[in-house]
Formats: sequence, C-alpha cells, structure tokens
Amino acid sequence: MKQPNRKIRHLEEFIVKVFMILSLVVIVVCTSYILFTILYKGLPSLNLAMITQTPKGGYYLGKEGGILNAILGSIYLAGGGTLAALVPGIPLALFLHSYRQHSSWARLVQLSLDTLCGIPSIVYGAFGFAIMVALGLRASLLAGIITLAFLELPILTRAIYEVIRMVPEELEHASLGLGATIFETKIQIVIRQILPGLITALQLAFGRAIGDAASVLFTAGYTDRIPVSLFQPVASLPLAVFFQMNTPFPEVQQRAYASALLLTIIVFVISLGSRLLSARLSRNIIK
Amino acid sequence: METNRFMGPHVQIRHLNVFYGRDQSLKDINLDIPRGQITVILGPSGCGKTTLLKSINRFLDLSDNVRISGQIFVDGDDIYDPKIDVIELRKRIGLLAQRPYSLPMSIYDNVAYGMRLHRLCNNKKEMEKRVQHYLEEAGLWSEIKDRLHQPAARLSVGQQQRLCLARGLAVEPEIILGDEITSALDPISAQHIEKRLLDLKKHYSIVIVTHILRQAKRLADYVIFMYLGEVIEHGPAHEVFNNPKEQRTKAYMEGQF
Repeated sequence: MKQPNRKIRHLEEFIVKVFMILSLVVIVVCTSYILFTILYKGLPSLNLAMITQTPKGGYYLGKEGGILNAILGSIYLAGGGTLAALVPGIPLALFLHSYRQHSSWARLVQLSLDTLCGIPSIVYGAFGFAIMVALGLRASLLAGIITLAFLELPILTRAIYEVIRMVPEELEHASLGLGATIFETKIQIVIRQILPGLITALQLAFGRAIGDAASVLFTAGYTDRIPVSLFQPVASLPLAVFFQMNTPFPEVQQRAYASALLLTIIVFVISLGSRLLSARLSRNIIK
Repeated sequence: METNRFMGPHVQIRHLNVFYGRDQSLKDINLDIPRGQITVILGPSGCGKTTLLKSINRFLDLSDNVRISGQIFVDGDDIYDPKIDVIELRKRIGLLAQRPYSLPMSIYDNVAYGMRLHRLCNNKKEMEKRVQHYLEEAGLWSEIKDRLHQPAARLSVGQQQRLCLARGLAVEPEIILGDEITSALDPISAQHIEKRLLDLKKHYSIVIVTHILRQAKRLADYVIFMYLGEVIEHGPAHEVFNNPKEQRTKAYMEGQF
C-alpha cells in the first residue's frame, strides 16, 4: 500500500486554516466597519428626544422632534408580521416534516418556499399592494403586517422545518408507544422539543421584517403620528432612514445614521433576548 | 376465543410474514407467548427479533414500505383487524426502547404524561400518589424524590431507562415489550433493570429481545430462538437452554455465531 504524501496533507491543512482565518477577518472587518460608521455618524445626534418624541413641524428640515413614530411603527409591523406568519408557519412545517417522503404535494410546497425565500422584497411589496387594493384597504398597519407576514412565512417555515428535522424519531416513538396520537405527539412533545429553535426562527424572521423597507413602502405608508388602529398608516425605521438621508441638510442626514443605529440596537436587543430565552428553554431538551 | 381470556397464552402469533420492500424480514412465525412470564427472544443481530417485537404493538405501522400478513391475537383480539384502535392497543402494550428517550419535560411530567393522555386520573393529589407509586415500581423514586420537577434530561442514562419504565407502567399496560433495553446502560444500571423485570412479571407479561445469552439465562422463563427471520426453536427456558433440539440453537449457545 502506498503511503499518502504527508507533506501535501500538511500543506492542505495549512491552506484550509489560512482560508478560514481570512474569512473570519473579512466578517469581523465588515461588521466593525458598519458598526463604526453608524456609531461615528449617528451617535452625536442620538438623544433622548429622538426615542421619546414624534417628528414636530419642520423635523425634516432640522427642527425639533424624534422618530418614536418609526420605532414603534417598525416594532408593530415586524411583531405583527411575525405573529401572523407563525400561525400558518408551524402547521406547515409540521406537515412538511410528517409527509416529506410520501407526497409530491409536500415537495411542491418545499420548492415554493425555497423560491419565495429568494424573491426580492419589492415584489412582496407589489403583491401586498395588489392584495390591499383587492381588499379595499389603504396603506395601513394591517396591510403592512399582511405583506410582512408573506415575506416572513417562507423564512420562518424553513427555519422551523430545519429544527423539527432535528427531533429524534425515537422521541416521537416514545410518545406514540404510550398510546398518544400523532397529533398529541406533535403538539406536546415535538413543539416542546423545538421551543428553543422556534425562538431562533422567530428572531430570524423578525430581523428580516424589521429591516425591510421595500415591502412596507406602498403598503404601510408613512406618517408622523403613532397609529392607534390597524387601519391607519404607520412609519417604519428603514423608511425613516431613507427619508432623512434624502434631505439636503447634513444634520438631518446625521439623524438618518442615528436612526440606523437605533434599528441596529433593536435587532441586537431582540437577538440577545431570544438567545437568553432560548437558553432557558433548552433545559428540558432531550439530546 | 372468549374462554381463553385471562387464561391461555397472552399473545398468539399465526403465520406472520413481514416484508420490508422486497426483503422478507419475518417468515411464517407461529408462537404462543405465555402470560405472567418473561419471554426472551434470542438471536444474532439482524435476525428479525426487533421486527417481531414491534409487530406486537403495531410499531411496524410507523415504517414506510412494510407489508404484513398473518395474524396476532392479544387476549384473543386480532390486533391487525381494522376495527382495533391502535391507541388503545399501544396503551395495553408498553414498549421500552434500546436507548431511553425521556420526554422534554420534568421527571414528574414524564410519568404523568401518559396518565394525562388517557385521562386516567383527574385529581392532583391522586396523580402525585400515582407518580410516586410508578417511580417506586421502577426503582427510581429514592434517587430522585427531591428533584421531581427538574428536567428529565439531567438524569443519567440508566436512570432515564428506569424513568421510561415508570412512564410506561403508568398507563397500566398488560404487556411490556423491551428491545435490548440494557445495551446502552452501564452494568449496575443494567442489573437494576433486570431486577425490576423479575419483580414485575408477577403483574405483567414481559417480552424482551436480547442477543446476550447470559442475560437471557438470568431472565427467561420462555425462550424463542430466531435466526434469519425464522423461529428456529421455542419453549420453556430450561428445555431450550439445557437441551436444545436444533443444531443451530446449540451452535448459537456455544458461541459459534
């Protein structure tokens, strides 16, 4: 038997290591640069008024006010969209898992979801707009939530499906062996087992929704007021960034960076919170 | 059949054939499994022991591509009759798996899970009493009585297997099936489980699968020896062990395969 060449194998190992370290450097540099930019440009104009007040007259010309309307608007939109996507998302993921090998119908759903994941959000925006018109709605919180739910559904369902796939078959059998029905097993055992992963899936979908501008552009509208009903238009942070950046006034542009910073902070806090929650829920998980 | 109930063999298997796709995994099995005894299904890996075991609680239904012919009677009821309620059947026939899988919840809830499913107990006090009773029966109570509400996942594998036993007993089965139930356990835990089985046979009919000859000798009242999907020999333990009629049984006992 011929000995494989040791030198070549060590060289291989070295090249792969260098490649991994380079990738790491690229990621760290990009992330730091983005964070640095929004911190450097946004931090000076970040103040309490910004997160406690709605825009006053002339805000976009550099006068008093804040973007509480966009902060709350974004949380309403993304939160509502995530919940609305969750309702069909869990049964859909359970369906795909239970019937994945048997039915061409399940494969079709799978393929559709993969395709939907890759569709740009402006298309969802246009689709949401069409639905809105068909339902006789105006640009509103409700229309925005519906559109975001469509945007989130494929991401959420895929993420939940991947977590459900990790549930050991024997765990389901343990429940079935006690005389549980498949439905009882899914609801009481599988859902419990995937709870930490479910939180992560929700966080991913929420993060995608809160950062999306194109899908809420036509459907949620934009307003300086905080909505008090589902049928009123609502502002959102990505659009707040966009509108402020588009003004010719440097101080307003600086506020755009501050808004971007706020958006990043919200996403960060949500990620951190979901991590903690997920870790807490992992106590019961069977490995 | 009504006269046989509670007297004759607990499980009767008649002309059972099982196919996975084109492969025949069990060939014309005919057996009577006695009541209130430990029956051990013995044989080398891949001989169809587990398939036979899982045909008794209809776990074969869960696999794709399985074809089953023949009949299995439990207390005279044909369990492959479409009128049989699989849920009820699996409540009557508990299964202990090779590797214990606790449910993702507390120790207490693991035992209570089945009782809640089947609405065996609606009273909290009564439930607590029953949970304790079954944990005692499985020989786990003294070790965990102070941490009933902690996650079951934190128990050792050996403790989890006894928890699975308690959980299975809690739905009041008549028959306990066990599939190589000590193979994932350390020797002390394995001993624990074996001792429990010997105690439990007073109240249950027990059928276990093993490829460990010494374990079979320690536990068996009745032995079924299988090879390549067929039952080669079956009978009371002392007969099969001391005086095997078939050459292949003898060869297996002597460790030839």
